[in-house]
This record gives sequence, structure tokens and C-alpha cells, in this order.
Amino acid sequence: MIGAIQRLGNRSVGIVEELGRMTVFVAGVARTLAMPPYRLRRIVDEVYDVGALSLAIICLSGLTVGAVLGLQGYYNLARFGADGSLGAVVGLVLVRELGPVLTALLVTGRAGSAMAAEIASMVTTEQLDGLRMMSVDPIDYVVSPKALAMGIAMPLLNALFIVFAFVGGYLVGVSYLGLDGGQYWTSLEEAITVADDIAGSLLKSLVFGALIAVIATYRGTTSEPTASGVSAATTGTVVTGSVVILVFDYVITALWGV
Amino acid sequence: MEQREEAAETFRIALDGVSLRRGHREVFRDLSCGFRAGEISVILGGSGAGKSTLLRVIGGLTRPDSGAVRVAGRDITRLSERDMFTVRDGIGMLFQGGALLDSLTIFDNVALPLREHTELSEREIHAAVARRLTAVGLPETEGLFPRQLSGGMNRRAALARAVVNDPEIVLCDEPFSGLDPLNVRRIESLLMDLNRRLGLTLLVTSHHLASSLRMADRIVFLRRGGALVGTPEALLRSADPEVVAFLSAESEAGSR
Repeated sequence: MIGAIQRLGNRSVGIVEELGRMTVFVAGVARTLAMPPYRLRRIVDEVYDVGALSLAIICLSGLTVGAVLGLQGYYNLARFGADGSLGAVVGLVLVRELGPVLTALLVTGRAGSAMAAEIASMVTTEQLDGLRMMSVDPIDYVVSPKALAMGIAMPLLNALFIVFAFVGGYLVGVSYLGLDGGQYWTSLEEAITVADDIAGSLLKSLVFGALIAVIATYRGTTSEPTASGVSAATTGTVVTGSVVILVFDYVITALWGV
Repeated sequence: MEQREEAAETFRIALDGVSLRRGHREVFRDLSCGFRAGEISVILGGSGAGKSTLLRVIGGLTRPDSGAVRVAGRDITRLSERDMFTVRDGIGMLFQGGALLDSLTIFDNVALPLREHTELSEREIHAAVARRLTAVGLPETEGLFPRQLSGGMNRRAALARAVVNDPEIVLCDEPFSGLDPLNVRRIESLLMDLNRRLGLTLLVTSHHLASSLRMADRIVFLRRGGALVGTPEALLRSADPEVVAFLSAESEAGSR
């Protein structure tokens, strides 16, 4: 009994310590982003890695998700004679919920895991220690540009995902099932408000981007310097990132009704 | 060979009662030794004796559990990571695997310390990098990435990076490992030249006994129970069982 309590206590202390280390890490990232040198070249390179290299998967997934929503929405709305509202349903579901969440999950799987693996392999090959020995802060040189790039790319990828999903919904609802194209776009436009829906979507994607950036870079920098350490950092980023995104999605929706 | 020779103040780098455990393994127990300014000290010892860890402790990358590590008079065990940067400005380190950044070319890797810490123009940086790469025998590799070079070439490029900003102290972890005899002599000459010309304090870990004996002003032999320090001649005369076993194993390996 006492042993179980001790284990529980040790576990709790371990969690608090980990949260403390993560807070110090995040503070370090924020400090280096706020202070010079501003590594613009590295940030642009990282935005390319996170954003441009994710374009194909984001566009294709957006198109597919929009098409599925078009099909599901049409069949269910048609039962109530409301198939003319397909554009509104597709728009609201995508902008408020599916766009930011699915984009974040896809980016976690593609760019977040790659980010964690790259930093972890730099730990394994002593590249981060090499930077420290040159009096170059690895947080400043490696981590912060990656984290900022994730924050920049995520809202853009989210917007792209949503636009392609609109097109997917249009192709199924209008081109395939024969709904009126003007009605599709009009109902979509009338249903979405910039101040509420678009801003909420942007807020969610920014929060998700920051979360993925922190989780991926923290997992990478704190990984064991072994092959299994790289693997654990990558898997941990995808699993933790996905769960945290879903939890925060609920929290943001519950708090701000977004 | 002696365990401790002189007062810690005479050393550029001094370890005093350093203990370090890694899990259940005791790497150092009450280790005390010193390295004089302007000398080449070669750190010898069997596998797992803690040679690389000793360099990491001196570089402030690994903190000992207890004891003091003084570099240029400052106890670095009490310094924050930020304060360590000021100490490391005077230290260059060659890691065993090179530790070059994968994403940068060889030129950009070697130029990195100059770009980060000096006001030199790109033209001056280019000249300094070219000079160092030529010195390590890699004059045509500026545009290549580390993955396009062999392990030995990477280590030579890493050595060029370690010395490009003329540090006062250079820590070299196994600089001869995996090199052919020609390049062993080349690196050996380069290190000795830097030491003589610029008065660098050089700490070199090595398994390469012949090079160690040629280069070293002082040998630090790591063994269970502490370090033995002395000249190369004293090492060869030592009656310490661990030293004798090490030397005989090395000479057998060398004669094969």
C-alpha cells in the first residue's frame, strides 16, 4: 500500500518536473524569438519545409474531405428537403471544426514528426552539443525558427485545406448530384461570418500550430541519443500532438464557442 | 607517472575531486588532474575509462555530480548555460563523429563560428575557411554537404571548424580514429603546428599510441582510482599494472 502511494507520489513529482522543464523550454523559445539575431533565412527555409512540402497532402485531403461532406450532407439534408443548404453545412463544419482540426492532425503526422526526428537525430549525432560548444544556443539556432515556421504555416495550410474542401463539396454537390452552383456558394457565403467563424478558425489553427511546435521540438531536444530515442521522439510527437489537439479543440470550443 | 604533481593554480584547466555517475556506472570518482597552458595533453585509457566524458565535462556539456572544474580560473560547474557561452568562446571542440550540421555545406559549417561571433566580412570569412580547409587537406570540399564526405573527411572538416576562430583551448575527441596513416600525420602536424605557433592548449583523447607519444607534452592516463599524469617517457617506464596492460595490448595491436 505504502509502495503504491510512493509510486503515485514519484509519478506526480515526475509530471510536475516535466511540466516545469517544458515551461522553461517554451520561455527559452519565446525569449530567442523576441530578441536578435532574427534568423530570417532559417525561418524561410523552415516555412518551406513545414508549409510548402505539406501542400500536396493538405490539398488532396481537403478535396477528399469536402467531397465526403458534400455526399453525406446532401443525402441527409435531402431527407428534410433542405438540400439547398449544402453550402452552408459544408462551410460551417469545415471552417469552425474540421478545417483546423484535420489540418493540425495532418501537419502533426507530416511536419511535426519530421521536425522531432530531425532534432532528435541532431541530438544523437552531437550536432546540438556542437552548437553549444561554438557558443551558439541550439534553441535560438535550431528550435525557434522551426517553432515560428509552424506558427506561420499552420493558419495558411488551414485556409488552403478549407478552400480545397469547399471545391470538393462543390464538385460532388453541384457537378455530380446536380445542385444549383449559385445556391451552393450563396448559402456558404451567408452562413459564414468573418468575425466569428473565420477568426475562430484562425485562432484554433494558431493554437494548434503553437502546440505542435512545442511538442515536436521539445520531444526532439529531450530525446535519448540513440536510434530508439529518435523513434520514441517521433512517435511521441504524433501521439501526444494528436491527443492534445483534440483536447484543446474541445477547450477552445467550450470556452469561446468557436 | 604521478597522480598529482602541482598546485591547481598552475593549470589552464584543472579538475578537483570530480565524481560522476551515469546510472549505476561510476565514471569518475574523486578525479583530480590538470592541464597546463600551451601544452599538448593526450588522454589515454581503456574503452569506457571516461576519456570522451572528461572532454565533455571540461567543455561544460556534462556536469559532474561533485567536485570543481576550473577553466581559465573559473569554476564552470557553477555557471549557467548562458555564462558557459563566454567560457566556450575560447574553446574549440572536435567531436568523435564530427558533429557537423547536416543541413549546411562544409563551407557554411566551418564559417559558422566566424559568422556568429565576429564582424568579419564574407570575403575575410571565405579566406579564413579556405585556409583551414586546405590545412586539413580538404580544399575542394567547400560546396559539399557532410553526407557527401567520408567519416574521416568529416572529422577533418570538423577540426577545421574547431580551430577556425583561433581558440585558446582545443578539445579533440579521437581525432585519428578511422584515418589512414597519411592523414594521421597530417592532422598530427596541424595540431602540433597550432600548438607551437598559437600556443594553444590541446587536449586530445586517443587510442593511437604512436601519435600520442609523438605529440604529447604530457600524458593523462585514466584508470580506476584516478588519473596518472606524466611525460610520454614516464608512461613508457610506468610499472602501474593498468598502464602496462594497456601498453602491451596497444603494441600487440600495432604489430599485427
